[in-house]
Amino acid sequence: MQKKLWLVLALVLLVPGLMLMTSCAQKSAVETDTTQKTTPPPEDTSQKVSEAELQAAEAKRAAEQARNQFVNEHIYFSFDSAELSPLAQDTLKRKAAWLKANPDAMVTIAGNCDDRGTNEYNLALGERRAESARAYLMDLGVSGSRLSTISYGEERPLDPRNNEEAWAKNRNDQFQLK
Amino acid sequence: MLSIMRRSVLWLVLVLMLLSSAATPASAVDEFIEINPFLKKIPLAIPDFKPLSEGEPAREAADEAARLLAETLSFTGYFNILDKGAYLEDPRETGISDAAINYRNWTVIGAELLITGGVYRSADAVEMELRLFDTFQGKSVIGKRYRGRVEDSRRIVRKFASEVIYFLTGSRGFFNSEIAFVSTGTGNKEIFIAEFDGHHPVQFTHTKDITLSPAWSPDGQWLAYTAYPKNRPFLYVKHRYHKRGYEIGNKGLNITPAWMPQAKPSSSLDDMRLAATLSFAGDQEIYLLTGKGKIIKRLTKSWGSDVSPTWSPDGKKFAFVSNRSGNPQVYIKDLETGRVDRLTFQGRYNTQPSWSPKGDKLAYAGMEGGRNDIFVIGFNGRPPVQLTHDTGNNESPSWSPDGSMIVFSSTREGASRIYVMTAFGTDQRRLLTLPGEQMNPQWSPNKHLN
Repeated sequence: MQKKLWLVLALVLLVPGLMLMTSCAQKSAVETDTTQKTTPPPEDTSQKVSEAELQAAEAKRAAEQARNQFVNEHIYFSFDSAELSPLAQDTLKRKAAWLKANPDAMVTIAGNCDDRGTNEYNLALGERRAESARAYLMDLGVSGSRLSTISYGEERPLDPRNNEEAWAKNRNDQFQLK
Repeated sequence: MLSIMRRSVLWLVLVLMLLSSAATPASAVDEFIEINPFLKKIPLAIPDFKPLSEGEPAREAADEAARLLAETLSFTGYFNILDKGAYLEDPRETGISDAAINYRNWTVIGAELLITGGVYRSADAVEMELRLFDTFQGKSVIGKRYRGRVEDSRRIVRKFASEVIYFLTGSRGFFNSEIAFVSTGTGNKEIFIAEFDGHHPVQFTHTKDITLSPAWSPDGQWLAYTAYPKNRPFLYVKHRYHKRGYEIGNKGLNITPAWMPQAKPSSSLDDMRLAATLSFAGDQEIYLLTGKGKIIKRLTKSWGSDVSPTWSPDGKKFAFVSNRSGNPQVYIKDLETGRVDRLTFQGRYNTQPSWSPKGDKLAYAGMEGGRNDIFVIGFNGRPPVQLTHDTGNNESPSWSPDGSMIVFSSTREGASRIYVMTAFGTDQRRLLTLPGEQMNPQWSPNKHLN
């Protein structure tokens, strides 16, 4: 262990020294090449991190992941329906848990539709989709004041293609944090 | 007066009587109402107009006026403009007035109507002498002289076209109307306005976000629409020509505006009435608002979506889309009795109703097999008539102010574009091509012809 540390230290001191020397030697010859001179040596910081810090970073990563999952996990609907499927309800339960763990988070639920229907009716359908998710989250104990809704109808498709796969993807609620 | 039209129609009536008397004699009488005037087009000759002054500008103005008149009348779907190569007589040589015309030269090539024109052109003024002749009766039926600035030529030609259509149908046509529509060419959905024939499309909104559902006020001076400039679906009422406007921003949805026809025309927004869907109270219902957005009262009451109102021409009823039966269907509400009746029963997705200006029919988009088509339905309990077939997605029907044509959007050529057809579904053609896609067309009322 000690030996290794010495080796690292030696390298840390030696490498820039060598680099400085070579760059000085080259300076007169290649005036324009300044990158070598200014690049600091790669510093090995792994030794300085404590176990507690590691855990904190891990927790932060997990929190970020949970937050990302909250934002990126959409719920999906059947054609011309604002009814929550069992799968959508499971997703909403996870979202409710996250919202309880993050009491400061404010959410906008955006309802979306596939483009097979017509624009006007889809604006209404998108709102009903957003409202049914909001009502479900409120039933699970999330305060309604933290949940607002907006409908984009068929105006903001995730997948612009015109097939079953794209339509299924586009009939969704998305959860945006404010 | 209506002899020409009547002759064409009579011929059809006879055929229909023969056909229908064999099959269903009881319903034969009703068939007469549904005679399609666009099936047998009236053969019309429009020979080159005669320059009445010397020089190239007069000749050019004469050629342009004849070409534009032929294009304008042809647009209506009523006429078959006969090929100039077949004409036996050139009124530029023989004369444009009644006395100069040898009617046999026109009847022999099949023309039932003939239009002649003379064009006088000075440095900054233009004068036109335009006549319509009934070639079978051998007489002049319309004779008009117009005077205006050079840039008025288009207006003069349309005014005369309006006279011709009035003579034939008793209605003023739509030659002073516009079509508003949504286009994505800028990268956002914005409202554009073009003349009825697709000429001179101009961007009207600059919201730089989603903009939808343009609706014309009865006087054609205001447009209501939905837009998201504040990342919320708000309603906007904007003047057609000035920069004046109002924002209607209740909580929730503010969508699908429709101006109520006016018994007493008024140009004040406080006197105008607008039906629109709002959801601030928790459910999506149709409300009656002033032109500035003040809520007067709620018009529908039913759980679920009530959207897309469209008024009967007398303003006593409105049709709308509701999912109260489980899927979107068209319903009619009578404001006097309060009664609501379901109108559409065929199919599971019927939306975008548009009440015809004559009041006797309603056009809408009906979905079958995942695609929308344009249908027209009357109020006599008969099944709807499908006007578009196997041509992509056809949506957003809107009637011309005289009820003779319908504008709609279609994906038949790939991207969504604006198309027109006659009220009977014939003569379907693209109105214009712009960058991006076009949808949601709304035909304006006729503005005053003067």
